[in-house]
Amino acid sequence: MKISCDKATKICDKQQYKEASLWEKAQLNLHLFLCKKCGLYSKQNVVLTKCYNKYKNVENRNTKCLSKEDKNQLENKLKAKL
Amino acid sequence: MSYSKKHTLDPTNWIELHSDYLYNYTISRINNHDVAKDIIQDTFFAALKGKDNFKGNASERTWLISILKRKIIDYYRKINSAKGKAEVRMNFYSDGEREGQWIEERVPSTWDAEVEKDIENEELSKAIEKCLGFLPEKYAIVFRMKTIQQFETEEICNELAITSSNLWVIIHRARTQLRKCLEDSWFKN
Repeated sequence: MKISCDKATKICDKQQYKEASLWEKAQLNLHLFLCKKCGLYSKQNVVLTKCYNKYKNVENRNTKCLSKEDKNQLENKLKAKL
Repeated sequence: MSYSKKHTLDPTNWIELHSDYLYNYTISRINNHDVAKDIIQDTFFAALKGKDNFKGNASERTWLISILKRKIIDYYRKINSAKGKAEVRMNFYSDGEREGQWIEERVPSTWDAEVEKDIENEELSKAIEKCLGFLPEKYAIVFRMKTIQQFETEEICNELAITSSNLWVIIHRARTQLRKCLEDSWFKN
């Protein structure tokens, strides 16, 4: 049941995506109860996840696309091979 | 028994019909315009070369995507095996008596109590972008696919030909390095 801090933070990262197994969650919770350092890590990890979510929204608003010029270039290179 | 109509290929229309779709597909996985452009160019060339293998069972686009998928795996393999890349510094002793315990200078430090409010700050996105830029590319790709594009774990594993335990190790390393970078540049008192 006891796990290292290394393992605990790894499970904690996995849990940010809600994908830790029941057993992993049990191990993590016991560890967090006993270890202050990992407790802080876990608390800050939640903040980081919120930040990444925020970033995700900003990032996904920026649409990226091929320019007319990119397409012409591609078109010419492809034509040369036809 | 009924047969559905056979699909055909028309390379003269590929760019017009499919280049945007292929580009979007690629850029959501590999977040680099120039690399994405090269990959779709390789895809079209490979498709042209192999067009006699096209059986007509799938649509032109589906067929092109299947080639593109292989190109993406090839690219990921290439950067994954590249040598001389700086490895992520981890937070824990990796051997000896203290294996798995925190290295003193890597123990999380307390952050400014105001950080929670900072999440709305536009500058934070820039700080994250910058820190993502410092990640080794193979970590950045997996982290982005999982966290920013929110792909299912299974899908990422299939598309990059990695195992799920491999994926979680990469996510852990990426988050470790990002955490350190953001702590130094943003969260520290």
